Amino acid sequence: MTLTTVQTVSEGPPVEAGAPPGQAIEGRSPLRLALARLRSDRVALLSAGMIVFVALLAICAPLIEAVTGHNAIASNIATGTDITGQPLGPGVGGFLLGTDNLGRDILVRIAYGAQISLLVGVLATILATVVGTVVGMLAGYFGGWIDAILARMMDTVLAFPYLLLALALGSVAAEPGSRLHAIAGIPLTILVIAFFSWAAIGRIVRGQTLSQKEKEYVEAAHAMGAGNLRILFIDILPNLVAPVIVLGTLLIPTAIVFESSLSFLGVGVPPPKPSWGNMLSDAQTSGFQAWWFWIFPSLALLITTLGFNLLGDSVRDALDPRTERIFAMRRKARFVGGAAASGEAAAGKPDGEVEAG
Amino acid sequence: MTEAGADGEVLLRVENLVKHFPVKQGVFFKREVGSVSAVEDVSLDVHRGETLGLVGETGCGKSTLARCVTRLYPLTSGNVRFDGADISRLPRRHLRPYRRRMQMIFQDPYGSLNPRRRVGSIIADPLTIHRVASGAERKQRVQELMEVVGLNPEHYNRFPAEFSGGQRQRIGVARALALRPSLIVCDEPVSALDVSIQAQIINLLEDLQAEFGLTYLFIAHNLSVVEHVSDRVAVMYLGKIVEIATVKDLYQSPRHPYTVALLSASVVADPEKARSTNRVVLSGEVPSPLNPPAGCRFHPRCPKAQPICTTVEPPLEVKAGDPASHLTACHFPMQPGERLRGAALKIHEALEEFVGEPVAEERRA
Repeated sequence: MTLTTVQTVSEGPPVEAGAPPGQAIEGRSPLRLALARLRSDRVALLSAGMIVFVALLAICAPLIEAVTGHNAIASNIATGTDITGQPLGPGVGGFLLGTDNLGRDILVRIAYGAQISLLVGVLATILATVVGTVVGMLAGYFGGWIDAILARMMDTVLAFPYLLLALALGSVAAEPGSRLHAIAGIPLTILVIAFFSWAAIGRIVRGQTLSQKEKEYVEAAHAMGAGNLRILFIDILPNLVAPVIVLGTLLIPTAIVFESSLSFLGVGVPPPKPSWGNMLSDAQTSGFQAWWFWIFPSLALLITTLGFNLLGDSVRDALDPRTERIFAMRRKARFVGGAAASGEAAAGKPDGEVEAG
Repeated sequence: MTEAGADGEVLLRVENLVKHFPVKQGVFFKREVGSVSAVEDVSLDVHRGETLGLVGETGCGKSTLARCVTRLYPLTSGNVRFDGADISRLPRRHLRPYRRRMQMIFQDPYGSLNPRRRVGSIIADPLTIHRVASGAERKQRVQELMEVVGLNPEHYNRFPAEFSGGQRQRIGVARALALRPSLIVCDEPVSALDVSIQAQIINLLEDLQAEFGLTYLFIAHNLSVVEHVSDRVAVMYLGKIVEIATVKDLYQSPRHPYTVALLSASVVADPEKARSTNRVVLSGEVPSPLNPPAGCRFHPRCPKAQPICTTVEPPLEVKAGDPASHLTACHFPMQPGERLRGAALKIHEALEEFVGEPVAEERRA
């Protein structure tokens, strides 16, 4: 091998023909590529539409209240019930979705309930995700006794009978004399949901950190003299963003359902305030005669959770195109069915996008 | 390459370096059941301005040695002196000024660059970490570096995935160069690249050495590459250095039987020459470093082994007739003109044995 004869040639990075002169060449970040994939995914657009619908409902709640002139909290026996005191059905007397047994407009209550559901869902998710990510990263990166303590802590939280504890906490906080009374209601609900959710995220982040810290780029950072915190937050964290976003998106609907369950059981959002869980709880007493009591809050809950769950799936597919291929193959196999499907799925393997990250 | 040679000022001195990796068992209470002896009592000097090549088979401890020298692994025992200062036990914080002067280029151009960060910020990392430059100045320095290593400075904002393997290795080189270090430890910098790209990267490293007066500890398993870049070469076998000499001495008159076998195994471009080469096929496999052989670690595979080799470890010393820079760890070093026998076979003879007919003769006809 005669290496001396070979000239040092620049490998000639391809010059962008399309790039206008003077404009810096900028690579598209993996996240932007994922966003582009997301935009071309019909399921993602549909689910985003569902979420936008619910969000609009929440934002426009005061507007709906003003337009209809119906208060969400105060009882309205005078115009909201018929002469016998029965609630009005959908479309009767200017109540689009009917009224409940106190004569309150169900549409207005659902809109305000959307505010609470989204607030609780999103805040609890953010809290749980931040705590879970930080704890998981610390446990995975440092290992040893730090990992032993943090990992056992996560196991303990996951092993808790969470509904029981939530019920107990809620009823204790409802007592005016208790120390928790100051945060009773929505803040406590958010804290309880976050407390029982962070550990699941922490565990997954810990695993991801364990695999990332063995990568050579981490070794390179050590060789350059980077500190542990720098390696954790500048080098490792960007590589965890994808799984964390997916987990977060999928946690929102869980948190919303959790909130509704707590409110349904009477320990979540305190009653005069409208929450979907409260409304369903109210519907129990007179449910089957007045179907609109429970069908509309249930629909709202369904649209929201379905939207977030579908979006979460799409986000995962967009962030990691390889899973998309696997899922697409499975979907195809399910449609075609039988032995022919597996052959087709195998043949379909080479297509699909090249992973960016 | 430069003729700084063996008598220059010592920049890096490794003294009796030992690295064992503990092997643990048990679920809750891990207990040590043994240890892998990856590097065993290695001493060597790297002189300022030279390139010391380090060769050996996969798993012989080359990379572990490199990671001990750069303090990525803690040492089991021994010392590493960098420019006179003992850095082998320094805590992380006090190590930082030395990290500035001692950089590393990694083998895998894919794994060693963070896939989620832009190339500009990857190359700027050393500048940021050591607070050398910031803002516009840092960007300018990074773009200069990109130009020096033959990358388009306009690709500052791209991601590593948008570059080819060779270009990525150039990014790694630019990063190592950012702080103008005196020593760069190159851990198989070209073995993951295409042969055509290998030459480009090697020439780049040579140009940079001439321009910035760099010292390289160059690890590779490709003997031709090492011969081309190095001033001196050390041969490792199972965690020990068996021979160290200037390139000329080592390649023309190897003294250790393992070096002879290793050299005979390298690919020669000329088929005529290849046929006349006495290819030494070693019997057996590399013993497990979990339980290395006593005495000379090479004795179970050595065609020249004698009873003494199984008990007494040969010291690394100058053998009769060699220059002072040529050290060999062998009780029975090869004599000039001696051919290695025993398991030694010419490659076409081995093929004939395997196929059962004179393959090579046919080919020649």
